[in-house]
Amino acid sequence: MSNIIQRNKSEKRFQFYGLLAVGLAIFLLLILLFKIFSTGFSAFNQTYLGVKIQIEKGENLAELDARSTLRKNLRNMFPEAQSRSDKKNLYSLFSPGAYIEFEEMLKAYDGDVIDGYYYFLASDDLDMYFKGTVTRQGNSAGRIKPSQMKFVDEFVKMNLIELQFNRYLLGSADSRNPEMAGILGAIYGSLFAILIAFVTSFPLGVLTAIYLEKLTKQNAFSDLIETNINNLAAVPSIVFGLLGLAIFLNFFELPRSASLVGGLTLGLMTLPTIVIASRSAIKSVPPSIEEASIGLGSSKVQTIFNFTLPLAMPGILTGTIIGIARAIGETAPLLMIGMVAFIVDIPQGPLDASTALPVQIFLWQDSPERAFVERTSAAIIVLLIFLFLLNITAVYLRKKLEKKW
Amino acid sequence: MSESLKIAVKNLNVFYGKKQALFDINLNIFSNEVTSLIGPSGCGKSTLIKCFNRMNDLVEICKYDGEVLIDGKNINDTSTDPVSLRTRVGMVFQKPNPFPKSVYDNIAYGPKLHGMYKNKDDLDEIVVSSLQKAGLFNEVKDRLFEPGTGLSGGQQQRLCIARALAVNPEIILMDEPCSALDPIATAKIEELIEELKEKYTIVIVTHSMQQAARVSNRTAYMHMGELVETGLTKNIFSNPEHAKTQDYITGRIG
Repeated sequence: MSNIIQRNKSEKRFQFYGLLAVGLAIFLLLILLFKIFSTGFSAFNQTYLGVKIQIEKGENLAELDARSTLRKNLRNMFPEAQSRSDKKNLYSLFSPGAYIEFEEMLKAYDGDVIDGYYYFLASDDLDMYFKGTVTRQGNSAGRIKPSQMKFVDEFVKMNLIELQFNRYLLGSADSRNPEMAGILGAIYGSLFAILIAFVTSFPLGVLTAIYLEKLTKQNAFSDLIETNINNLAAVPSIVFGLLGLAIFLNFFELPRSASLVGGLTLGLMTLPTIVIASRSAIKSVPPSIEEASIGLGSSKVQTIFNFTLPLAMPGILTGTIIGIARAIGETAPLLMIGMVAFIVDIPQGPLDASTALPVQIFLWQDSPERAFVERTSAAIIVLLIFLFLLNITAVYLRKKLEKKW
Repeated sequence: MSESLKIAVKNLNVFYGKKQALFDINLNIFSNEVTSLIGPSGCGKSTLIKCFNRMNDLVEICKYDGEVLIDGKNINDTSTDPVSLRTRVGMVFQKPNPFPKSVYDNIAYGPKLHGMYKNKDDLDEIVVSSLQKAGLFNEVKDRLFEPGTGLSGGQQQRLCIARALAVNPEIILMDEPCSALDPIATAKIEELIEELKEKYTIVIVTHSMQQAARVSNRTAYMHMGELVETGLTKNIFSNPEHAKTQDYITGRIG
C-alpha cells in the first residue's frame, strides 16, 4: 500500500520537475524576446523635423542646390540664429540625409512653387532625445548641447517634430550615421549566402547520403567516412571560416567579403548536418516499398529516385532547413572571410562585397553611438523573423510532402 | 495438366554470410500450376522463392551457387539481367505494400517504367484489365485516383497482385500473401490464385497447410534449409513418404 503512495508521489514529483524546467525555459525566452522587442521596436520609427520651405516661381527646382536651399529656409525660420556657431548648431539638428531627401523631393516635385511645411530626417542625437532614450538634464540631453536645445524647444513649441516610419532601416545599407543606417545590404548578403549555401550543400549532402546509405557496401572505408561526417558536424564554426579562408580566398582567389565565399563556407558547414539528416530519413523509408519497386523490375537508381527520395524528402528538408537556419545565424566563419567590413552599398550580386545579418548585428553592437543600440535590437528582430519564416517553411514543406503509407 | 517444366532448380546452395540457408535444393516447377512451399519458420521457403527473381541480390551478404533454370535458361548466369528477369517473374509480398500513390498509379507504375503502352488509352486499358484480373475492379472503380494505401488489407493485397500482373509476367511468386489478412480476404485471394493459374505459373509460400491443400497442385515440404519432399499436393497430404513431412502436416512439429 505504501509502495503505491510512494510511487504516485515520485511520479507527481517528476512531473513537477518537468513542468518547472519547461516553465523556466519559456520564462527566460520571454524575457529575452521582451528585451529585444522593447529595445528594438523604437528603431522602426524615426524623428523628423518640419521645415517651412518657400521657393518662388521662376526657380528651376531640379537645379537648385539642396543643401544651401534647405539651410536658407531654415535660417528664415530662425532669424535669431546669426552667429556661425548658432547656425552650425541649428544645421546639426538635421541628418546629412535631410539634404538628400530634400534633393530627391526637388527632383520629383511637380509644379513650380513650393510653399509649406516639409519634414526632413533629424540627427541621431535628436532622435534619441525625442524618443526618450536619452533623458533631459537641464538644457542638455545626451549629446544635445544647451545651444542646440533652444532650437529643439522651438521645434517642439511649433509642433514641427514628429516620428515617421523609418524607411532607412529596411531600405538602405550600413552607414556611419545611425539614423541613415539600414540592414538591406546585410539582408541581401544573407540571402545570397544562404541561397549559395543551399544550392551547394543540398545536392552534395543528399547525394552523399544516398551513396552511403544505398549504393556502397558496408566496410571499414564507409565506417571511416561515417565517423568523420559525424565528427565534422561538431567542428566549431570558426574552423570552417578558416577553411573557407584557406580554400576559397587564398587558393581559388575569390573576391574577399563576397557573399559567394560566405555562402560556400556556410555550405561546407551545413553539409554534415544535411548528410546526417538525409541518411536517417532515407533509412526510415519502409523497405517494403523499395522491395515492391525492385520486384516490379525497377533498377536500384529508379527505385531511389521514384520512391526512396520522395518518401525521405520531408525528413531531408527538415534537416536541411535546420542546418540552413543555423547557417543564417552564424557569424564566426563570416568574420574569417572578410564579410565583416563596413559596406555602404547594397550588394547587387554574390560577387559584391557585403555583410550578413548576424555580422551587421555584431558590427552595430560595437558602435559607440547611442542610436545603434536600438538598431542592433531591430536587426535582431529582423533576423528572428527570418528564422521564424524559415521554420514555418520547414513545417509547411513537411506537411505538404508527407504521405502516409 | 500440361506438365511442361517452367522452373528447374539444380543443386542450389544459398549462404547468408557464413551461415548456409539452403542445402542442395533440386526442384521442378511446372507451367500453369500452383506450387506451394510449406515448412516451419526459418526453413528457407522465402529464401528459395527469392532465388527465382534474384531478390536475394539485394542482400549484401547473400551468396549462392547452383542453377535456377527458367525455360531452360540459367538465371544465375552473369548474362541474365536481374532487372528484366523481374518483369518476367512478378512478386507479391507478405505484407501488402502498395506504393504511396493512387490506385491507378500503383498499377500504371510498372507499364510506365518499361514503356509497355502506346498511349493514354492503352495505359488505361492495362490498368483496368489488371484490376479485373485481380478481381478488384468492381470494388475500386470509383476510387481509382484515391491513395492505394486507403484500401482495406485484402484489397491492398489484390492491388499488389494487380500491380504485378500489369507488367505481364510469366511467373508469379507469392510470399505468404495471406498471412496478414482475415479469412474472407484470404478466401478471395485463394479464388484469385485459382483463376490466375490458367495463365500464369504460381509459386506460393504459405504457413497454412489448409491453404496449400486448397490451392496448390504440387507441394514441396522444406525443413532446415533442405527440401524434404515434393510431389502432387494430394499425395503429400494423404500419403507423405517422409516421416518429417508426416510430422509437420499432422501438427507434431512446426
